Amino acid sequence: MILGSINPAVLMAALMVAATPILLAAIGELVVEKAGVLNLGVEGMMIMGACLGFIVAVNTGSPVLGFVGAACAGMALSLLFALLTQALMTNQVASGLALTLFGLGLTALLGQRYVGITPPRTPKLDLGPLSEIPFLGRALFSHDIVVYLTIALVAAVWWFLNYSRAGMILRAVGENHDAAHALGYHVRRVRVFAIMFGGACAGLGGAYLSLIRVPQWTEGMTVGAGWIALALVVFASWRPWRALAGAYLFGGVVVLQLNLQAAGVKIPVEYLSMSPYLITIFVLVLISSGKARGSLNAPGSLNRPFHASD
Amino acid sequence: MRQPLLRLDGLTKAYPGVLANDDISFEIGIGQMHALLGENGAGKSTLVKMIYGLVKPDRGTMTLRGADYAPAQPSEARRNGVAMVFQHFSLFDALDVAENVALGMENPPPLRDLARRIREVSTAYGLPLDPNRLVGDLSAGERQRVEIVRCLLQEPKLLIMDEPTSVLTPQEVEVLFRTLRQLSAEGTAILYISHKLDEIRALCDEATILRGGRKVATCDPREKSARELAELMVGQVLTPPERPAKPKGAALLQVRNLSLTSNNPFGTSLKDISFTLHAGEVLGIAGVAGNGQDELLLVLSGEVPTGADQVQLKGAPIGHLGPNARRKRGLVAAPEERLGHAAAPDMSLTENALLSAAQRKRLARSGFIDWKATDRFAREIIAKFDVRTPGPDVLARALSGGNLQKFVIGREIELAPDVIVVNQPTWGVDAAAASFIRQALLDMANRGAGVVVISQDLDELLELADSFAALNEGRMTPVRPAKGLSVDEIGLMMGGAHDMTPAQGVSA
Repeated sequence: MILGSINPAVLMAALMVAATPILLAAIGELVVEKAGVLNLGVEGMMIMGACLGFIVAVNTGSPVLGFVGAACAGMALSLLFALLTQALMTNQVASGLALTLFGLGLTALLGQRYVGITPPRTPKLDLGPLSEIPFLGRALFSHDIVVYLTIALVAAVWWFLNYSRAGMILRAVGENHDAAHALGYHVRRVRVFAIMFGGACAGLGGAYLSLIRVPQWTEGMTVGAGWIALALVVFASWRPWRALAGAYLFGGVVVLQLNLQAAGVKIPVEYLSMSPYLITIFVLVLISSGKARGSLNAPGSLNRPFHASD
Repeated sequence: MRQPLLRLDGLTKAYPGVLANDDISFEIGIGQMHALLGENGAGKSTLVKMIYGLVKPDRGTMTLRGADYAPAQPSEARRNGVAMVFQHFSLFDALDVAENVALGMENPPPLRDLARRIREVSTAYGLPLDPNRLVGDLSAGERQRVEIVRCLLQEPKLLIMDEPTSVLTPQEVEVLFRTLRQLSAEGTAILYISHKLDEIRALCDEATILRGGRKVATCDPREKSARELAELMVGQVLTPPERPAKPKGAALLQVRNLSLTSNNPFGTSLKDISFTLHAGEVLGIAGVAGNGQDELLLVLSGEVPTGADQVQLKGAPIGHLGPNARRKRGLVAAPEERLGHAAAPDMSLTENALLSAAQRKRLARSGFIDWKATDRFAREIIAKFDVRTPGPDVLARALSGGNLQKFVIGREIELAPDVIVVNQPTWGVDAAAASFIRQALLDMANRGAGVVVISQDLDELLELADSFAALNEGRMTPVRPAKGLSVDEIGLMMGGAHDMTPAQGVSA
């Protein structure tokens, strides 16, 4: 074992980059679930963002427009989900799974001519003297702007859910939609907005993969990042800051897996790649045992269809 | 006549197949306590939903303080000074009191100021509340306070209260009435919906009675007897259930030192419960909702197993047995929640009949269902218990609450059990169906079966029960004979006076 060959500063930097796409998708899904909707189509919306964002960026030469396009693509797919589940009252689980399969298939078709192309480079954010700090500069202050915007987004979602009236209404809708309706709140409208936000975030997460992290387009390139994001929401027991911590943990696992391989450690990598799911199962068991306070934080109306009675 | 606050003129609302409100007109004066009376399905809920802006009338107009009033949504009603306390609480368990209050207000102040105002208003009206507590941890009475305080903070001109006392102890009802009288004296009109006639006669100065969507009378409830009011509501003469005096039989069901930790974070754990039920006895168990009633039913029905000896049927230990094994031995149960617990909503009545009766009625042989016999059995229940439905093939969810309740109770009674346990047997059931169900339970006891009735309706318990106990925070008071108990004593029992000495003559 030559663990000494792993540089902790580089590992930390790689971890923040690896965590960003799943964190983006997860923070979106967290808001969706807080509104009482379970959208299992995160993977599909991510790959849509990855593909469309790539196509837009390559054709316009602008990574920024690429990210905008990705958010729109994710949102468009999520609107399909909103139409199915909120207007046509289909089952959320089945619709979400269908969304994932549809997204994977559609992007394989759309992205055919873009395989093997390099996208325009996204510049690193120049933080001047900050990035000169030994260790910390390399680990924390040498990233592209999306990494920092994502952390800002987590802070914004945390503030929105806990301190804004709109956020309180969103939580109320997710906690007890019948009561929210009786008080005169528009359950469907709130949920459609939440679903759209979730779609946009998932799209951005996908674009981060194809434009910055990899950066290239290959069919099915999200390889389960959407599922990790879904697991992350539960792992974080629907709290934004915990989602950030969880994303770095899960991101760390991914990075460590690559580094260990490179260092020639003889643990099958599959053990590491399954670990996020194992941890999530453990958290789920903890929540449903009713012992953890986290069980109270699960939205009460999650995945329950809402029929407005008259 | 006082100055009118709200005038309704010919309000009409139709749903597919039902005329919920037909040409309803009346007036509510400033500061008046106006009762709205009627059976379930008489159209009370639809009417108040129109006043509160949740439903738009098909025809008719409303006038509030002389100006046209047609709220398109509840926020508009709230802006006009109309507030409502809901029957099924419109609260959010995982949010704290202040957040719950803020959600029901138009322009809530910042949460810190709001917390202070909640403290002020709640103490001023004798309804103390801690704004920082999670609503999920509150008792039913405290939850109602949250709703009332939420309304009061908006200084309403008209307060609509939908069945406010159904979940309260007699002492809590007293507090509520004092608050309502204070409000009325300050000029707030109250529209009080209830079917508890004594309350209305004690509280209100005018009553409007609905039947089948139409207004049948507006009168002064203090000048009518409770019986006259009831007959106006029902449109027929009511007969109270008969119960001939009878001696107590052998012990059928014994529960010994039963404790159980609830799985539900908002549930109640049972603590050291013991009682004995005799043949021919109706045991009434009172208590405010959420004091262990659901858990007790689960333990008695067998859905939650306990130590074998803790529940005994005719001397044999059954505590470890599941519901089917208990049914086989003669103990059946009908839980409170009709849809999803007592009956499978998306299955037909025939299938629902099969689910609990398969064993005792031998409807399945070596794994094959005898559909003909099952269908016959379902039809039998429908005919005997006057279940209004087109036929046994109708889905359970399509029946009204009262009809489904008749079916569910009928199904269990037809199994001819030795012991039947029911939770809230007439919750949300209209007066005629309720008296039918009560009579059926009394008939069972007269035939020598033991009946356990868990209910929050004290009048019902006093009508049915031979012996009486109350649940409070998962503890049960000693069983006392129902005869001679006063409402005050019952209130104390429900409030948790466990050390009260059992009255003499328990063995009578």
